[in-house]
Amino acid sequence: MTEVLEKITAVRRISELYAANLAGITTGLPGWINQARKPAYQAFQRMGIPGFRTENYKYTDLTRLFDNENFRRSFTPDDFEVDLSEVFNCDVPEFDTHLILVVNGWYDDASNNKTTYPEGVIVKSLRKAMIENADLVEKYYGKLANPQEDPLIAMNTLFAQDGVFIYIPDNLHLEKPLQLINILRSEDDLYVTQRNLIIAGKNSQAKIMFCDHTLMPQQFINNNLTEFEMGEDAVIDIYSIQNQHNKTASLSGLYIHQERGSQLVTNAITLHGGIIRNNLKVLLDGEHASANICGLALSDKNQHVDNYTNIEHIKPNCHSNQLYKNILDDSSTGGFTGRIHVLPHATKTAAYQRNNNVLLTNAAKMNTKPQLVIDNDDVKCSHGATVGRINDEALFYLQARGINEKEARLMLMFAFAHEVLAEVKIEKLRDVIDKLVNKRLRGEVSKCHSCALDCIR
Amino acid sequence: MLVIKDLYAKVEGKDILKGINLTVNAGEVHAIMGPNGSGKSTLANVLAGNTNFEVTHGSITFNGKDIFEMSPDVRAKEGLFLSFQYPVEIPGVSMVNFLKTAVNEHRKYRNEKELSAGDFLKLMREKKAMVQIDSQLTNRSVNEGFSGGEKKKNEIFQMAMLEPTLAILDETDSGLDIDALRIVSNGVNLLKNKNNATILVTHYQRLLDYIVPDFVHVLYEGRIVKSAGKELAFELEEKGYDWIKKELGE
Repeated sequence: MTEVLEKITAVRRISELYAANLAGITTGLPGWINQARKPAYQAFQRMGIPGFRTENYKYTDLTRLFDNENFRRSFTPDDFEVDLSEVFNCDVPEFDTHLILVVNGWYDDASNNKTTYPEGVIVKSLRKAMIENADLVEKYYGKLANPQEDPLIAMNTLFAQDGVFIYIPDNLHLEKPLQLINILRSEDDLYVTQRNLIIAGKNSQAKIMFCDHTLMPQQFINNNLTEFEMGEDAVIDIYSIQNQHNKTASLSGLYIHQERGSQLVTNAITLHGGIIRNNLKVLLDGEHASANICGLALSDKNQHVDNYTNIEHIKPNCHSNQLYKNILDDSSTGGFTGRIHVLPHATKTAAYQRNNNVLLTNAAKMNTKPQLVIDNDDVKCSHGATVGRINDEALFYLQARGINEKEARLMLMFAFAHEVLAEVKIEKLRDVIDKLVNKRLRGEVSKCHSCALDCIR
Repeated sequence: MLVIKDLYAKVEGKDILKGINLTVNAGEVHAIMGPNGSGKSTLANVLAGNTNFEVTHGSITFNGKDIFEMSPDVRAKEGLFLSFQYPVEIPGVSMVNFLKTAVNEHRKYRNEKELSAGDFLKLMREKKAMVQIDSQLTNRSVNEGFSGGEKKKNEIFQMAMLEPTLAILDETDSGLDIDALRIVSNGVNLLKNKNNATILVTHYQRLLDYIVPDFVHVLYEGRIVKSAGKELAFELEEKGYDWIKKELGE
């Protein structure tokens, strides 16, 4: 009974916060964006904060997180009086990217004005794009992330003010990867809302990295939502590296729409973070579209990592493949829900899913749930989930060759993780991630070698 | 080199070894034969330090040191090598990384400098040629997708790389065709010298045509019930193990 009361309290508090700051939230934004908040508000009232009674959140109860927070909201950009592009220097050798800096959910104009992009490519603040590129933003904003479907979408839509807008024109192949760095930086505990919109035109190609960092030891909640529109034959790789300290709750949503012949790769590498919930929805909405979706999470202490995927096969002849792995140490917990929905007309669908997990202690816990809804007969679908321990026979074999137990365990864990890392197609990035994962498994601070950001503690 | 005294061991609560006594000196080849379930593999695993096998009584010293004081990796670095009856597949661990780590762990233990990548590859090429292992195999994960014969050859290759002083070959001949058996035996013979010793655990006399033992021991119900020279193997081949059982009055 008390729980229900508390739940109402968090919803009420957030609703009142919204009402009290409405002017600040809506100011400077076009009417249609603010119109979108109304249904989101109703959806939020209806769904509330997701807890374990919410089927899609049964492995990640967010009620406690929201009951206990009364964090500052960043309704206006914080002024740090430093050029973050000076502070931040991701000079992974020969790994040249277009750097995009986002601080507390705000696209940081001052730090981002040095980058030049190939002609036709637009990278800018979403709030600016709402005005300067109103036709594009209005066409796609809120079309993939429906507030009625998910309480985190509802909350994001309710509070959305800024984020990144990226537009890649038709037929343009971006050579350098786009590296979007999300920085959390605050003197007090902070709740951040970030909203991104990415549009990749027909036959365009790009690789996009999301790097999540925390710069200060305060508590953070980050509700980060990205809508991604992929045109016909677009080829897009999305890599995300989650490396925030353990007092951070990262609630992220990635909603992708794929047209005919488009090819998507996503790979989410979770190294650090307190509560991590990654929602991923992919709509395969054109024939011969393909999605290769991977994730690797390494957790220890009291970390919680939950990946929720929802792949919708709408048109025939599409291919999707999911591979998620977790290594859980100490009393960390994890969740994986892999939903595949094959619609009645999506014949010749091939949809595969695998989730393998290793528990290193008795206290670690993993929940895994495949969810296949198949509405026609002409499909190839498979799913498999395992939860196990380090293979004792393999461990003994390595030890019998002179490798000590600790090192042998690391070799086996790394081998387990490597299958996911092998899916990273940018060779230099793969090397970097390999090293990060190796360090992480060794319990060393796994910040990128040359990254100036001191993310961990 | 190796002295086993009154060794008792059990697996999953069941007594398997019931008083083994065995001494192996440098330069010797010992064959341990015996029917199924007599405890041959248990003895091999106890020597290598597999914790699934529980020693309940007795002692084993290796070069004068108490083996029970050493973890499996230390035993290996002290020079003990077990060629597994069923080498395990380890997907994701590359042969090169595995062997390089193993070789360098051995070198560190002996206070020697770790091998450079170039020197390591050179050593690997040499040893591959010596034991006639297909060079493609070292580009794969440890034992992954290897045929039965390839796995056994890979064991001998690892032995060549690590140069143990005591090699225990646990049914290395099982599952090998004649050609593979010859290659494996050649490898073992090439690696043999006056400073090291070999224990062959086998069912069949066939292997002993290729690797000639100095001593043959018959293990039966957890004890060595008969020891003699290589002629014992022929006698066993001819008469089977029933003859031993009769001799024991069963």
